[in-house]
Amino acid sequence: MSLLDMIGPVMIGPSSSHTAGACRIGQVARQLLGQTPARAEIGLHASFAKTGRGHGTHLALIAGLLGYTPDDARLPQAFDEAGAADLTYTFENVDLGDVHPNSARLRVWGNGEQVEVIASSTGGGVIDVIRVDGFKVSFSGGAFTLLTRYHDTVGVIAKVAGLLAADQVNIAALTCARNQRGGDAMLCTELDQPLGEAAHTFLRSWPEMKWVRMVRPVMDAGIQAPVLLGTTA
Amino acid sequence: MTLDDLMRAPAPASQWVLDRDCAENGLTPGMVKEAMRSRITEMRSSIERGLASSAPSITGMVGWNAKGLHDAPDVLNAPLLKRVQAYAMAVNEENARMGRIVAAPTAGSAGTIPGALLGVADHLGIPDEQLVMPMVLAAGVGKAISRQMFISGAAGGCQAEIGSSAAMAAAAVTELLGGTPRACVHAAAMALMNTIGLVCDPVGGYVEVPCVSRNAFFAVHAVSSAQLALSSLESFIPPDEVITAMAQVGRMMPLELRETAEGGLAQTPTGLAVTARMAEK
Repeated sequence: MSLLDMIGPVMIGPSSSHTAGACRIGQVARQLLGQTPARAEIGLHASFAKTGRGHGTHLALIAGLLGYTPDDARLPQAFDEAGAADLTYTFENVDLGDVHPNSARLRVWGNGEQVEVIASSTGGGVIDVIRVDGFKVSFSGGAFTLLTRYHDTVGVIAKVAGLLAADQVNIAALTCARNQRGGDAMLCTELDQPLGEAAHTFLRSWPEMKWVRMVRPVMDAGIQAPVLLGTTA
Repeated sequence: MTLDDLMRAPAPASQWVLDRDCAENGLTPGMVKEAMRSRITEMRSSIERGLASSAPSITGMVGWNAKGLHDAPDVLNAPLLKRVQAYAMAVNEENARMGRIVAAPTAGSAGTIPGALLGVADHLGIPDEQLVMPMVLAAGVGKAISRQMFISGAAGGCQAEIGSSAAMAAAAVTELLGGTPRACVHAAAMALMNTIGLVCDPVGGYVEVPCVSRNAFFAVHAVSSAQLALSSLESFIPPDEVITAMAQVGRMMPLELRETAEGGLAQTPTGLAVTARMAEK
């Protein structure tokens, strides 16, 4: 939480949780896919389902998938823009269980890639990403966030942490979850700086790595923070 | 960062807030001040658009309040009051018609701070550059509140949402007019304590009624708090205890009174008619 979250975001109305937060959820899903999706199946939970239409939640989610920020003047025309970008989408009401009433599940596809994201909009434009491809995660989009999906074996977390340390990248928060012993696991690390390009490429080349994504900040303080590559300052 | 810490900080309180936030988030003071400057410009622009327009909102419940007040004669001969109310409603009506605004701390409460701070500044002829640090202080008060309670109506009722914006605005106006850190914090506490219990009951679930007029009322409320604090009046209950009380009430509040449109004004016959009409759209 920063001062820029309290006076801000600059946004298209009418609701910071239903509009700005929804847009940021779309931005995160787009980054996890690594491209503009060709198809999106969006499930809206509780309050998002109930009052989302009038609050521009549907438009804002699509705007985020197109890479727009919450202050983008094109947000109210996001459906038309999606047509121009060849993005098709569907909306349905879903029950995601015991999660925040302003939550959504985004399943997105594009160019051989697919990802499923569940995230909540918790107020004032702040978001909380809680699941990626079914794995429990926890990140807010306030910082650079590295997500890796890998084969669950001894020492992978230590290797990733070692690579980050060698690249002078500090870990602010870390969560890890797996579907079963020796199955797939996901490591989610919030970072003070992004991983350098060379280290990122190296990480992706590891045989146990199945999927690696670096999500850039979607919150204002994170976007404006200086990127201190290769320095501990 | 608590209000108690802030109260004992060296003047100006905003500098203390700025230094701490920068240490926490890795931003420089220059970056935060520059962002605040541009946010003040955005607030101005939303006020101007809001005062000039009478276009209806998404549901058609609001859209002409700010312009209507702005164009009406000043029957009380109280230009500050009229200006503060018109600015606050202008921002929230822009919000309700999907215009561009600055959430402060939320979109539903976006009019309170510009209404109070820019309204007072314009009334007294104070330039925008002098609003940057008071805006930083407002954000700091919001942070202190959000440590104990979310700042959304869904989490704690409108007391958490517009109560926070009123407390933030009260502190900002107090610093703008030369108040000590102690006075700023007490202004915030007095504004907050007098919103406790306020439910979030948006008609049809939309950020329009009572939100637009509620911003006008609580912008004035914030200016009143600043006036009391600048006259050395204080909250008898210590400021952090006021936040705790508000948070406690928020937790006791049933779901029906927290932005679900299942209680209060939203459940009046007129409110239900709007809900039904919007469901058909």
